[in-house]
Amino acid sequence: MKKERKEKRNKFISILFCLMVYIYLFLPIFVIVVNSFNATTSKPYLSWKGFTFDWYVKLWDNSALLGSFGNTIIIAVVSTLLSTIIGTLGAVGIYRYKFKGKSVINGLLYIPVVIPEIVIGIALLTIFSNANIPRGMLTLILSHVSFSVPYVIFNVRARLSGYDKSIEEASMDLGANRLVTFFEITLPVLAPGIAGGALLAFTLSIDDVIISYFVNGQTKTYPLKVMESIKSGVSPDVNALSTLVLIATIGLVFITQSGILSGKHKKI
Amino acid sequence: MAGKTTKHELKSNTVPAMVTVGPVALLLLFLVVAPLIFVAVMSFCETDEFYNVVYSFTAENYAKLVSPEYIKIYAQSLLIAFITTVLCVLIGYPFAYIIARTKSKKKQLLYMLVIIPFWTNSLIRIYGWRTFLGSSGWLNKLLVFLNITPEPLDLLYKTGTTVLGMVYCFIPFMVLPLYTAIEKLDTSLLEASGDLGAKPLNTLIEVILPLTSGGIFSGCIMVFIPCLGYFFVSNILGGGNTDMIGNLIERQFKSANNWPLGAALSIILIIVTLILVKIYQKLGGDMDSLGV
Repeated sequence: MKKERKEKRNKFISILFCLMVYIYLFLPIFVIVVNSFNATTSKPYLSWKGFTFDWYVKLWDNSALLGSFGNTIIIAVVSTLLSTIIGTLGAVGIYRYKFKGKSVINGLLYIPVVIPEIVIGIALLTIFSNANIPRGMLTLILSHVSFSVPYVIFNVRARLSGYDKSIEEASMDLGANRLVTFFEITLPVLAPGIAGGALLAFTLSIDDVIISYFVNGQTKTYPLKVMESIKSGVSPDVNALSTLVLIATIGLVFITQSGILSGKHKKI
Repeated sequence: MAGKTTKHELKSNTVPAMVTVGPVALLLLFLVVAPLIFVAVMSFCETDEFYNVVYSFTAENYAKLVSPEYIKIYAQSLLIAFITTVLCVLIGYPFAYIIARTKSKKKQLLYMLVIIPFWTNSLIRIYGWRTFLGSSGWLNKLLVFLNITPEPLDLLYKTGTTVLGMVYCFIPFMVLPLYTAIEKLDTSLLEASGDLGAKPLNTLIEVILPLTSGGIFSGCIMVFIPCLGYFFVSNILGGGNTDMIGNLIERQFKSANNWPLGAALSIILIIVTLILVKIYQKLGGDMDSLGV
């Protein structure tokens, strides 16, 4: 009896504890969503002036905000594509071939992962500036590729470690050449790792603040637009856009849940 | 004959090796190695009166690094990063443990609920905290309404506020590796420990913690190091009162326009990172558990 009671109490405490952590995680999001319906029109948009859908309409006239969001999407799509291709090729090559400097490359891959982002950001800024590369979309994309590629490689490599090379040999024995074997055999086997890496690259790119902050020049991404508006107060249309994005991502996840989520435990 | 085949194989492998590894190698060379070397070089340069970098050797930037004002900020950074890491372990460990060992069908959902907040941009979520904690924020309204305090409390721009934001940003980096480590635990070991008479607390200290220590170590690295550079959290929630080394660097590259000094400050961060990663490896930490 006593033990049962104790167990019940423990269970209650665990549930309460988890609930508090989840409240902590979701509280600021709740604030954002509520403020997207705030009828206030004066800076810093903090006091509650009643409920309105206005900001969801006005949002579509804020071309600077929409433009920055468009930039974020373009940068994320292009840098994800590039880093997925470079990373997948690299992972396969590093796994398969013996060459000089292999351990050096393996070691260097950890640098963007462990060094604080601000150091990567200023380092890229100094090199772009010194090489006279104008800062903008190009430098943003290059920077995002540079910090995403290691994550793609780690994901694909995890998939390669359980990979049976003999199926490739079988393919070659049956007359397929290297390229055909790569596309028909190797790629499909690696697909889940590649998809996981690509998803991670996309997420990292969309949310990146610190590195973009140093290499953007005049180009604004969505997070940088938010950063700019924080000084004078974030207007509710920014909250409205964030709310829409949140709804869209949650919707997407519930649609594709099973597949993508099994490639879990990613840095967010 | 055999020797000939090997030679042929080697030769025929050069091209595919270059095609596959070449892009990564170029990327690492030009966008990782060269920039970092350049930062090291720049840390020994000076600026002219127009804030342009002049490439002449000076150790002056490093002399500036030891000014008392800066040392205070390093201490503050280490303190904030340390408290953040400890809180992430204290909150993240039991939390990861509970969700990893739940038998409910909702396990997948519980896991997803940790990730979902992070699809909203981190800046705007930190701003959400500022809105919530501000003098006209919900928390103060509630406290005044409940008569707990007559006046709104000053909750912003304190060390505690910055720590709250940092823990908020980094707790998933602690929870996710721990979740993986705890989920892999062999339940029969825990049962065996209990059957042999160990109290739950003893099982925790003698069995569970040692078996999941890898997750704790990698989580700590993933929290402590980036925390030092997250300047926007201390900007938004600390309002200049809780500056960290990241804020110092940011200022040199933006408003103060003294890139060489900023580069020298970055070298400190690089050295701290290298030391911590070395310690991590000494403790048997696996590099592959970092970041993924």
